[in-house]
Amino acid sequence: MKAVVLGGTAGMGRAVARRLVERGDEVFLMGRDAGDLARSAADLEARQSKSARVGYALCDLEKPEGFAAALDEADRALGGFDTVVVTAGMFATQDALEADVELTRRVLTVNYTNTVVFCEHARKRLLARGGGQLTVFSSVAGDRGRKPVALYGSSKAGLSHYLESLDHKFHAKGLSVLCVKPGFVKTGMTAGLKPPPFAGEPDAVAKHVVGAMVARKPLVYAPSIWALVMLVIRFLPRFVMRKIGF
Amino acid sequence: MSEATLSAWGRLALPGVELLGEDLESLSRGTTLSRGMGRSYGDSSLPALGTDRVVSTRLANRILAFDAQTGVVRAEAGLSLVELNRLFMPRGFFPPVTPGTKFVTLGGMVASDVHGKNHHCEGCFGAHVRSLRMRLADDSIVTCSRTELPDLFHATVGGMGLLGHILEVEFTLHRIASPWIFMESERVRDIDEFLAALGRAAPRWPMTMGWIDCLQRGRSMGRGILMAGRWAEPHEAPKEPPRAGPELTFPVELPNWALNPTTASLFNMAYYWRHTQQRVETLVAPEPFFYPLDAILQWNLAYGPRGFTQYQCVLPRAGGPAAVRAFMELLTRLGGASPLCVIKDCGPEGEGLLSFPLEGTSIAVDMAVSPDIQRIVDQLNEFVIEVGGRIYLTKDRFTRPEHFRAMEPRLERFLAAREKWDPHRRLRSAQSVRLFGDRA
Repeated sequence: MKAVVLGGTAGMGRAVARRLVERGDEVFLMGRDAGDLARSAADLEARQSKSARVGYALCDLEKPEGFAAALDEADRALGGFDTVVVTAGMFATQDALEADVELTRRVLTVNYTNTVVFCEHARKRLLARGGGQLTVFSSVAGDRGRKPVALYGSSKAGLSHYLESLDHKFHAKGLSVLCVKPGFVKTGMTAGLKPPPFAGEPDAVAKHVVGAMVARKPLVYAPSIWALVMLVIRFLPRFVMRKIGF
Repeated sequence: MSEATLSAWGRLALPGVELLGEDLESLSRGTTLSRGMGRSYGDSSLPALGTDRVVSTRLANRILAFDAQTGVVRAEAGLSLVELNRLFMPRGFFPPVTPGTKFVTLGGMVASDVHGKNHHCEGCFGAHVRSLRMRLADDSIVTCSRTELPDLFHATVGGMGLLGHILEVEFTLHRIASPWIFMESERVRDIDEFLAALGRAAPRWPMTMGWIDCLQRGRSMGRGILMAGRWAEPHEAPKEPPRAGPELTFPVELPNWALNPTTASLFNMAYYWRHTQQRVETLVAPEPFFYPLDAILQWNLAYGPRGFTQYQCVLPRAGGPAAVRAFMELLTRLGGASPLCVIKDCGPEGEGLLSFPLEGTSIAVDMAVSPDIQRIVDQLNEFVIEVGGRIYLTKDRFTRPEHFRAMEPRLERFLAAREKWDPHRRLRSAQSVRLFGDRA
């Protein structure tokens, strides 16, 4: 694979990028901080068995005007990418979002509108070269309207909906779209929150996700137990959802 | 809702919360202590106060540079030995020094100045560290080495994280001839024979250590198994690298009574007599050779909720075999019933101001926490002071400050370095409160 990873300097993006270079794939990183990108690129270079530079470009999901230029740079560095992975996003607790409407606007914009815009840029380039792989991290929070993730979950619900539609529409044209729905994963993003049962580790989640990418699956829950948990949640009657805090 | 706690490997839990994140540089600002994987046994990685902000380095784990010609690596302090070995062993590199568990971070290895089976040849890990990038108590960030701020460097190596937050470590990996170990193991009848066998093995083998059945008294006191090893030459080693063993997890927390003198004695007897031949030469994988206890995750649950400590001391060579024999007699008389007792001959003292090893014999024994534990540790410490030895802070939880002062002639220099670099004692741990009188 020749993969662009947006959000590859931290958390699950870092773990996915590492997994890819250790498999022998070429990776190009995108993120918001040049220093952080340089350190992550060095990390990936040290982890790969071959001696090759890992390129990177600034790309901020809050600045959609920079998406095209960043993807151009990735194209040049990789000689045409065939895979795009998006793990970047914003998280805030329901309490924080309810207390700050501007924060809510930013989270919804980053997680839904701008992620979709970025994917549209990537999707068009991939289709123009006959297809490829688009992997995007959504969340189990988007599977059902729930009290603790009402706002964050709604942004992920929209994103999951878009990714499913992309798969329906472009699968036959060679675009493989993978919607990743992680449950709670112990990364910097979730630091400070009490891990629920089945909380995953980034490396294990990355292994699972890259396996799903290779198998060209359209949907993966990570850790997989969340598929069962969310199946139950989706079928709970509304009067139960009104009562429980989950 | 129960209060959040942080735990050490000996199952001591104190109120506290970790700050976890990938950006150690910003996380460490204004915090009191860094901790890695929490594998130190006692209170050295635990906060002085429940309200202290403790940084977890685990997610700051990037390799920042690697030179395949020289083996020099620079990495963030949270990089674990598990990951380092997984990445570099297949490429023919191994850490110059490894402790008995791979579940440690580079920062922890420096803070404890860990030693391993090759101490008599290679010294401690700190001897192979070229430089450290640190956040100091005044929130400035500096790089220190043997030539740049050398006093800070020497106080940090083995300094239990009390001089500053270690952000990055640069050190040299060693080349290995193959990913296999050529090991010779030998059944040894008593403590005198053990010391003689360790002495004979040291010039011949780069790695040595022994397991002692510390429940034996009388003529069999100190019997055990001596293990010596070296990296196998390519012509001796199988073509395929060793396969990873199954990942087993200790399934339940055993009740306190489960590990008692009878069960420990049965285990020790089986372990000793499992070695049916007097001497065996064999090829083994590095994992069981260096990290036998890592084969079962969370093995500390075997001690039950009471937890345990490891008493590890080093007795100077000047005391001769008589001092080691007298220590073993005291230990067995006090009833340190444990399946784990390890003996190792150490090389010369390292550069770190509080680095543990000195030329002599190190003995480490696990002990369940009991109402008698303070008395046992006190008596062992009094003996160690008498013969000019010292204890290993990474394992310690019960040593009294006056005992530590008496066994550590370098303490004044260490405290002077703390006074210089952290006059307000912003960096502190539960251990520094206990031993150095930091405010709690």
